[in-house]
Order: sequence, then C-alpha cells, then structure tokens
Amino acid sequence: MTDPIYKTDALIADDIDAYLVAHQHKTMLRFITCGSVDDGKSTLIGRLLYESKMIFEDQLAALEADSKRVGTQGQEIDFALLVDGLAAEREQGITIDVAYRFFATEKRKFIVADTPGHEQYTRNMVTGASTADLAVILIDARKGVLTQTRRHSYLVHLLGIRNVVLAVNKMDLVGYEQAVFDRIVADYTAFAASIGITDFTAMPISGFKGDNITSNSANMPWYDGPALLPLLETVELDATIDQAKPFRLPVQWVNRPNLDFRGFSGLIATGAVRPGDEIRVLPSGKTSTVTRIVTLDGDLPVAVAGQSVTLCLADEIDCSRGQVIAAADSPTEVADQFETTIVWMDENEMLPGRPYWLKIGTQTVSATIQHPKYQVNVNTLEHLAAKTLDLNAIGVANIVTDRPIPFEPYAQSRDLGGFILIDKMTNATVGAGMIHFALRRASNIHWQATDISRDVHSGLKNQKPAVLWLTGLSGAGKSTIANVLEKKLVRMNRHTFLLDGDNVRHGLNKDLGFTDADRVENIRRVGEVAKLMTDAGLIVITAFISPFRAERDMVRAMMQPGEFIEIHVDTPLAEAERRDVKGLYKKARSGQLKNFTGIDSPYEAPEAPEIRIDTTSLSPEQAADEIIARLIP
Amino acid sequence: MTHTLPTLTHLRRLEAESIHIMREVVAEAENPVMLYSVGKDSAVMLHLAKKAFFPSPPPFPLLHVDTTWKFRDMYALRDKAAAQAGMELLVYHNPEALEKGINPFDHGGLHTDMWKTEGLKQALDKWGFDAAFGGARRDEEKSRAKERVFSFRSANHRWDPKNQRPELWRLYNARKAKGESMRVFPISNWTELDIWQYIHLEGIEIVPLYFSQPRPTVERDGLILMVDDERFRLRDGEEPQMRSVRFRTLGCYPLTGAVESRATTLPEVIQEMLLTTTSERQGRAIDHDQAASMEKKKQEGYF
Repeated sequence: MTDPIYKTDALIADDIDAYLVAHQHKTMLRFITCGSVDDGKSTLIGRLLYESKMIFEDQLAALEADSKRVGTQGQEIDFALLVDGLAAEREQGITIDVAYRFFATEKRKFIVADTPGHEQYTRNMVTGASTADLAVILIDARKGVLTQTRRHSYLVHLLGIRNVVLAVNKMDLVGYEQAVFDRIVADYTAFAASIGITDFTAMPISGFKGDNITSNSANMPWYDGPALLPLLETVELDATIDQAKPFRLPVQWVNRPNLDFRGFSGLIATGAVRPGDEIRVLPSGKTSTVTRIVTLDGDLPVAVAGQSVTLCLADEIDCSRGQVIAAADSPTEVADQFETTIVWMDENEMLPGRPYWLKIGTQTVSATIQHPKYQVNVNTLEHLAAKTLDLNAIGVANIVTDRPIPFEPYAQSRDLGGFILIDKMTNATVGAGMIHFALRRASNIHWQATDISRDVHSGLKNQKPAVLWLTGLSGAGKSTIANVLEKKLVRMNRHTFLLDGDNVRHGLNKDLGFTDADRVENIRRVGEVAKLMTDAGLIVITAFISPFRAERDMVRAMMQPGEFIEIHVDTPLAEAERRDVKGLYKKARSGQLKNFTGIDSPYEAPEAPEIRIDTTSLSPEQAADEIIARLIP
Repeated sequence: MTHTLPTLTHLRRLEAESIHIMREVVAEAENPVMLYSVGKDSAVMLHLAKKAFFPSPPPFPLLHVDTTWKFRDMYALRDKAAAQAGMELLVYHNPEALEKGINPFDHGGLHTDMWKTEGLKQALDKWGFDAAFGGARRDEEKSRAKERVFSFRSANHRWDPKNQRPELWRLYNARKAKGESMRVFPISNWTELDIWQYIHLEGIEIVPLYFSQPRPTVERDGLILMVDDERFRLRDGEEPQMRSVRFRTLGCYPLTGAVESRATTLPEVIQEMLLTTTSERQGRAIDHDQAASMEKKKQEGYF
C-alpha cells in the first residue's frame, strides 16, 4: 500500500506559526458523492479521508482489524468500513440518511455529504445536494452508465450543481483500458446533454488502489486530465460566483439594543455591499442607503455573499424578518404565484389545495400547491400524469402564497429560490421545492372593481350573509338538518342556498373521487362557491363530511370575519353506522367501499365549532331551531 | 470603488454559518438558552454568539449543568466568561444527585446519567427552555455525523432518530408543538482543527488545562488522571506524581484523561494535535462504556 501523499506538512514540526498563517487562508468546498455501495462510493470517501491524513492511528488499527474480519478486500484495508457503520444503524432502526464527513488538504477544507442508497435515496440525495458546490457521480467501469447514473445526474442537475465530476471507478478491474473509459464517457455525454448537463469532467479512477486520486496514475498514462483531489482543490466555488450577482440580504433579525441603534442582521445571499450603497427593501419597495456594516471586530468597508453581517440604514424605514434588502437598481421580483419543482419527503402524500407553511429565505408564509402538472419518473425521466406526489416523488406544480414574497428563480439563487414545505399540524418538513418563475396571472389579472358591492347585495336582502358549515360523519344527519334549517330560514324571509355534498358531486365536482387529495379539492371548490354566494348576499348552508380540520380552516379563512359558522353535527360513529341510511357503512365494512370516513379514512372533529349539535338528544327540527336561536338571538 | 472582493476563508464561512444558525433560533424560538460546558467548543460557541448579536449582548442566558466534579480552573473561567459577555449564567445541580452524593468513584455510568442527562432535562424543564444550543460537532464521532443542526426532542426529551427533519440549503424548520423542544448545534460543521485555528486567530480565552504544566496525577486504567482536589480517592499504592500534562477534552476531572505534553502555547497545542496519531475522544471514559453508547445516550437525552 502506498503512503498517503498528503502527508503531514513539514512546516507543522518546523515552524508551526508559519503553518498556521498559511492555513488561515484555506477555502471551503462542499461536495456530494453519488453512487451505491457497489460503485465503491464508501471506498472512495474512505480513501480521501486516508490520503488527507484524517485517519488516526487508533482508527487505522481498528480498521485493519475490521478489514481482516469482515472486509471484502482480503488482506488489504477496506476503506469502505471507515464510513459505513450502516449495519449497526440498521439493527438499531436508525434512519440511514445524510452523513457529513470532513477532511482538509493544504489548500481547502472539504465537507462531503454522504448519502447511502436504499429506498430513501431521492430525499437524502436532494438534501445532500442542496448545499453542494460539486457532485462526484461514480460509475463502475465494468457496468457503465446505469439507470441509477441517470437518476443521480438528474437530481444533481435539478439541484443546480454546476460542477459535475464523472468518476469512472474500479479501472483496476478493467485492466486500466482506455477504450472502456472512452465508451462510458461517450455514452454519458449523450445522456447528460439530454438533461441539460453541458459541462462535466470525466476521470478514470480506482478508489481502492488509489489511482488518479491524489496525482495522475502511472497505470493510465493515456489520461491527461486532472486527478480527483487536485481538481477538488481548484474548482471554482459557488461563493465566488455568488459574489458577482446583485446584492441580496434576507433579513433574519432586527438588532435593537437601544433607541440609538437599529441594525438588520442576515447572511448575504448574493452580491456585495458597501457603506453608501443604495438599497431597496422588498416587498415594500422602500429605498434607503447603507450607512454602516457593523461587526464585533469593527465596521467593515465591504461585505460579500456568504458573510453574516448587520447593516444600518440612513432612513427609519419599515424592515423586518422575512423581508429582503436588495441593490436599489436591481431588486428581486415579488410575486404570489409560482411554477415550481417539488420533491415530496413525507410518508403522507401531498394534498393539493391544502395550506402548508412555505419557508423561503427567512420568511414563512402560508401556501397551497395546485395539482401537479406532471410527475417525473426519476429513472426514465418520463413525465407522468399525477394527481398528487408520494414520498420521494418529484413533480412540477404551481404554488400560490397568501401574500406576495420577494424571490428569485432557483437557477439564480439557491437562498431566494429554494423553499421547504411544512405540515401545519405535525410541523414536519414534508417537501422541498425550487421556483422556476412567477406566474404572470397574479400580476396581470387585477381584481375587477365592481360598482355593486357585497354590502349592496346583502342590504337589498335585508340580511347578513353567512356560511352555515355543517360537518360530521356520513349518516350523522347533516343533509336532513340542513334541509329543515333552510325551510325554516326561508319561512323567515331569509335568502338562502343549500350546497349538499352528494349533489355537488353530480356536477361541479364530478371529476373528483374520495382520496385525501380529492377530498381537499372538493372542499376548496365548495368554499370558493360559498364565498361567491356570500358576496351575493346569501346565507349559504353546506352539508359536507369535510373530514379534515385543515380544509375547514382554509374555508374559514376565505370568508369575511364572523361569516363562517362551523356546525358540528355530532353523531357517534356507532350510532351513524347503526342508522346507515344509505347502506354505505355496510359496504365499507365489507371492503366494497374504500376511503370511507370513520372506517378507513379519518374524521378530525372540530376543536372549537361555533355550534355543536348532539343528534342523540335532538331531533332534526330541534337541531334547526337550536341553530337559528344561536344565529338570531 | 475597488473591484477586488474578499475571498471568504473556510473559517469565515464556518463562522457565518454558525451565526446564521444562532440568529434563526433567536428569531423563531420563544425561550432559547446556550449550554455552556467551559470547554474549547463552548468557548468558540460563546464567542460566535457575541458576534452574532453585536452590539446587543446575546439575547439568552448561559446554562451550565454542573456535576460538582469539574476541574477548579473550569469553574473560574466559567464565571469570568459569562460576566465578560454580559450574559446571565444559570448553574443547575440535580438535587437528587446532590442528595445521594452521586460521584464518579462509586457510581460509574450513573454519575453521567444523573448529573448530566437527568440534570439537563430537569434544568430545561425548570426554566421552560424550548431551544438549547450545544457545542457538538459532527466530526467527533460516527453517530454525530448524521445529526441534524436542529435536533427535535419530544416533550419528555427523547430523541427519535427515525423522525428527524431533512435540512436543505440554509433552511431550518424550527416549528414545534407546545412542550417539544430542540437542541441546536451551531458548530456542527467545524472540525477539531477548525476550532483550534479559530481560537488562535480570534484570541479566544480558554481554560489553562488545555496547556501543559506540571500537575499532580495518577495513572489508572490506562488513563492519566489529575488529582484536582482532596476528593480524589487514591487507591492503595497510588501516589500522585507531578507530570507535565494537558487535556484535549474537558469533563469531570476524575473521568478525564490527560496526555503528557510539552505544549504550553496555543501554536504548540495545535502542533501536537496535528502530529498526534490518536483520535480526540480517547481521553473520555464515557465512550468506552459500550458499543454505540453515544447513540443510546443521545436517545435518552444526553447531548
């Protein structure tokens, strides 16, 4: 075995002070390795750690012992064991996901995102790739470009990694043949172009033997490109490129120790800033001038992308967490509708129409995702029709936020174009996404101001509009009560309209089924219709199971304050099943009917409804009277 | 106007990342705290906190979950560092451990368990902290390599390794239900060498125990232990000897192994570290308890 090339610098022993000065000027590169265990990924990472002297004697001794006991390389050191630890993790039931490894050479510090394969691959690789400047895509020289090579390459490109290294590994096992390498590179070049990767560096290596890792290997004199470590040490960093872009600082925190100081803290996403620069705060558009760049070590004359700073401005303008301070002459766009690519990361499928939290930069807003335009098969890259996205699925969908946000296309800025989606109930991070562009609909379709206002409509009817939203299990008595209620209101000269769940499914919503995703869309449409009717001055009565709290809250948020009256028609499941007016419970129990609320689909009872009706003690007549008494005291 | 822009070194990028993480926590958590153990990692973390919020003092207190068995030098620096940063220092002792006289000589693993693991949970509950900064690094140990920066704990402080949130870009999801809390590790991506280089570059004060000087020691079970006060129980035939030693990591003095060394300055310490051939945690008895011990301790609530 060869000695590590990146040996301890002689300076360390001879002149530590000189060494420290030299090493304060290292830069940092983050990269990801893509490939399965069979491609020699762990062996390569282990080799890099070894060559850069990141492995201590005690670890090396343990490694040698392990290699002899369980290694796959005979008597030689199995570097894969250094990073694998996976068997133990699996036994303990610990999620195998992204692990970060560290090593450094004389020129750079490196952080490697190591993402083991397995079923969670997409989610893990997307996570690891999101912070990487460079990707090493490993190919087994004996196997060539495989389906998984395509998948890895697609994800690398999707996450916007500019520097791609195609490492054709295990060259020792194909006799260091140039023809093998050339054939694989030709195959890959054709494929890469088809997904938009126009530039990559191909190199023949052996992680196991150490060929073309630290320096060019004598075993492959025909290769005149760079070896892996020298390439990693010199490749251009994203940070350098980001510096040349227009200035953007997402405001994280307003620093206000006393009345005399007001600073805006954040990490500069792109560009550079100097005192005297004109800035614009988004989305408000207010402008001011930077007066100081404040740090503990004194004010700075200039600060660049990647630095965490605190800015002071010349004017007392509104600026708070979530807003973006940008170059005044080159501000970001602001919009509330976007086309995006979404990677779904949760075991519960994405529900189009349901509001999620969307965090982008330092801002968190409420957002709904529309039905995917298509899903991408990450193996074949085909576009498939999709109604929703499952765990590890990737799709293109439009997103609508509840307010305009400053943003940039992901291709221009990871910090202002990449977002995560958070479930409002569980608080889990359920998805990640990348903004392609803003939809012009939001800005071009202005709200048409009409002369006859909703107040005129309701005044004419001499009533206050409302939505009486009846929710409850199937067979709880919603439709029956709704019907009695409407008759009573009409008798009182009220202008009403009854929207019934079953009836709506014959027309407006006949394209929808009973999956969770369709149930959400069903309620969204009914909510929009009910909203139009309240604008027309009507009292709308709705009778829908509407099983999910999130959608009922969504409809509540659409209405004017106080106009949404949630009425829980509370019938115990056993009682509803006993009544079984339509014979549906029987069908559901026998398995003929899927996704039936209360049986194999959940019902989330309202936590604080305006009105609760106990149908075990009230008749429909009494229930209707009770509701009217509460509405018109 | 100049056209040359500064290139950020790896230390400046790490610094910016840590500051970003701390500010996110302060912006999103209700009642954050910084765990402060007086070691070199804590020293760097505290220094970064001062930078993150300057000219304000860091807007959270320091919490030391004490075992009463730390080195005397550590207690001295702890009080001084908190005062200099203008931060409130909270010190917590598990009353049950205090009452039972739990100590590293008689109680083995129970010592860490009661003073540190239980003590930490009690302290977080007592003050209702919903976010606690810790100085753990991913390079310390295999199970830390995949730890999140924001690590979620249930209302009873359990860590569920199967249910950790993916962390993409610089986006951290800090939302949680009432009663839940998070441990946040702002120096996750720093290595031991980064820490030392940064301490050197920034002139951060650290405990003198990191520098070699003659200290009274005994050799026991393969570790060189320092006899820091009269509570150290000598075994038959043990006689404290003066050795020139220093410590690579700091904990309870009867559990922390020293290394023989001539390094009396920071550059010499770094020099020794770079030329040394054994990994950092060898000096800590806690890891030798059992295989995968760190993973287990973490699930139970140890940092």
